[in-house]
Amino acid sequence: MAETHVETVRVQQPDEPVSSPWRDAWRTLRKNRMAIAGFVIIFVFVLLALLAPYITPYAYDKGELIDKNKPPSAEHWFGTDYNGRDVFTRVIYGAQISLRVGLFSVIGSVIAGTFLGLLAGYYGRWVDMIISRLFDIMLAFPSILLAIAIVAMLGPSLENALLAIAIVNIPTYGRLVRSRVLSLKEEEFVMAAKAIGSKNSRIILQHILPNSLAPIIVTGTLGIATAILEAAALGFLGLGAQPPQPEWGLMLSDSRQYIQKAPWTVIFPGLSIMLTVLGFNLIGDGLRDALDPRMKH
Amino acid sequence: MSQPLLEIENLQTHFFTDRGQIPAVDGVSIRVNKGEVVGIVGESGCGKSVTSLSVMRLVPNPPGKIVGGSIRFKGEELVAASEKRMRELRGNEIAMIFQEPMTSLNPVYTIGDQIGEVIRLHTGATKKEARQRSIDMLKKVGIPRAEAIVDEYPHQLSGGMRQRVMIAMAMACNPELLIADEPTTALDVTIQAQILDLMRQLNRESETAIMLITHDLGVVAEMCHRVVVMYAGNVVEEGDVRSILKEPKHPYTIGLLHSLPKLEGARKRLYSIPGNVPIPGSLTVGCRFAPRCEHATDRCRTEMPELRPAGPNRRTRCWLYD
Repeated sequence: MAETHVETVRVQQPDEPVSSPWRDAWRTLRKNRMAIAGFVIIFVFVLLALLAPYITPYAYDKGELIDKNKPPSAEHWFGTDYNGRDVFTRVIYGAQISLRVGLFSVIGSVIAGTFLGLLAGYYGRWVDMIISRLFDIMLAFPSILLAIAIVAMLGPSLENALLAIAIVNIPTYGRLVRSRVLSLKEEEFVMAAKAIGSKNSRIILQHILPNSLAPIIVTGTLGIATAILEAAALGFLGLGAQPPQPEWGLMLSDSRQYIQKAPWTVIFPGLSIMLTVLGFNLIGDGLRDALDPRMKH
Repeated sequence: MSQPLLEIENLQTHFFTDRGQIPAVDGVSIRVNKGEVVGIVGESGCGKSVTSLSVMRLVPNPPGKIVGGSIRFKGEELVAASEKRMRELRGNEIAMIFQEPMTSLNPVYTIGDQIGEVIRLHTGATKKEARQRSIDMLKKVGIPRAEAIVDEYPHQLSGGMRQRVMIAMAMACNPELLIADEPTTALDVTIQAQILDLMRQLNRESETAIMLITHDLGVVAEMCHRVVVMYAGNVVEEGDVRSILKEPKHPYTIGLLHSLPKLEGARKRLYSIPGNVPIPGSLTVGCRFAPRCEHATDRCRTEMPELRPAGPNRRTRCWLYD
């Protein structure tokens, strides 16, 4: 076997860390300016949300009526609302709510969707039949209508809105994972894993799941943006967060009658929704470019 | 003669499709003795791969199913064995390597993780021990810089290197039988020769029997002790390599050998057997090869010949030698 050295192996530079698929993706992502912009936007919102009590001297639920509908000034950067509450304070406390709803509802739907998708895709037959038809039924409703129905059943509150958003988004991830599994199942490395005596559970968790992570992460990131919008919509309709919670959608609907007199009470929460959604979309698109298997060598 | 390592008898693996039941493997009998290299040759679609997957009990079900016959490994019946027992055997006593080294490794794990998986699965070794044994295996299959390669990912290796890794994985638990499904088809010629050398060396050193599936008669001549020629889900001829290559009896084997390019003599258009492998199940009477055979008689078209002895250690399924 002396002649083995003729086979080509990519020479590793001494200072280059071992290249793994994730590290390669990170390298691509770092070069993507739009994605970095997205990260910066979200990072700023996360920071504001976490440090809200230290940044602002006001409480989000108390205002001086004497100060009501004041335009932006040095004391009140984003002005005050019809109750005299500081809009900036409410916006940054609102970031806590929106980010939490976005993140946790997506985590919930990803976990449930991935579990169901793996089962449906791997075992096929009647398992697939039941799960896929369930998804079809859920997708037959516009998601916001379904969410409204669920909240109406459970009673309007922020927690129930989060749950409703998580439930209506399960089919998105379920279908994604199922289709991934269907194609991965035919891969030779899955057959090779069976040929070394791996159990089904091991094949699913060790071989199929890690290879499905990239699209899940991309869709999940974009899904956070959708979830934030859905939470805002439910809040706007009075089915999500309840006053005096500083939820952005709720703030919009609360202040909409003052839109002419005090436009800042609507502009800033609206802008915040737009920016966070934009931020997550930019990150999601960047991740898609970085993780897309078709762009790999 | 002692008990054969693997004894396939009258194996029938059928596929149940919308167009009906398709007998991909229809009454195949093959024996593999301890430490022997048996070549299984035939055109695409003749049932070689399905036979080997049947031994591993890995025929995709549905639509495939073993409907008859028996497969005995060291005397143990595999057709009726439980899935749990099969998992114990796979990778441990019967290992398999595949045609496509580029896709047979999981892209998200390092080489060491993947070889280590087999070792840990069957020996209960710790992560550290498995890693050390993975490095040893990589050295054994002639991979340079084994200590570094063990931490690399499949995409960093060439096709030949990956096939070596696959062999290292297959040999990690010292199996008694290695099933190699066209292990060199996807590789270029120089790498092919190295991989074959390696397999021959492993066969000699660890006395692992090899069931080598190929359509390359050159590979058979170089590697095998015995050869089984398959056609349309049947064994049409078997015997030791030397006598079959020198003196083929079945018209199909003769045709296969004729189709090989020769170094000496005038350059002529390469011979090819007329026609195609019949769609499995489309021929129900007579010899399966009859429509393509230049010696076919009426008897060939109406009556299926048996696999009969034709000389020492040889059997042929043809009426010409009746």
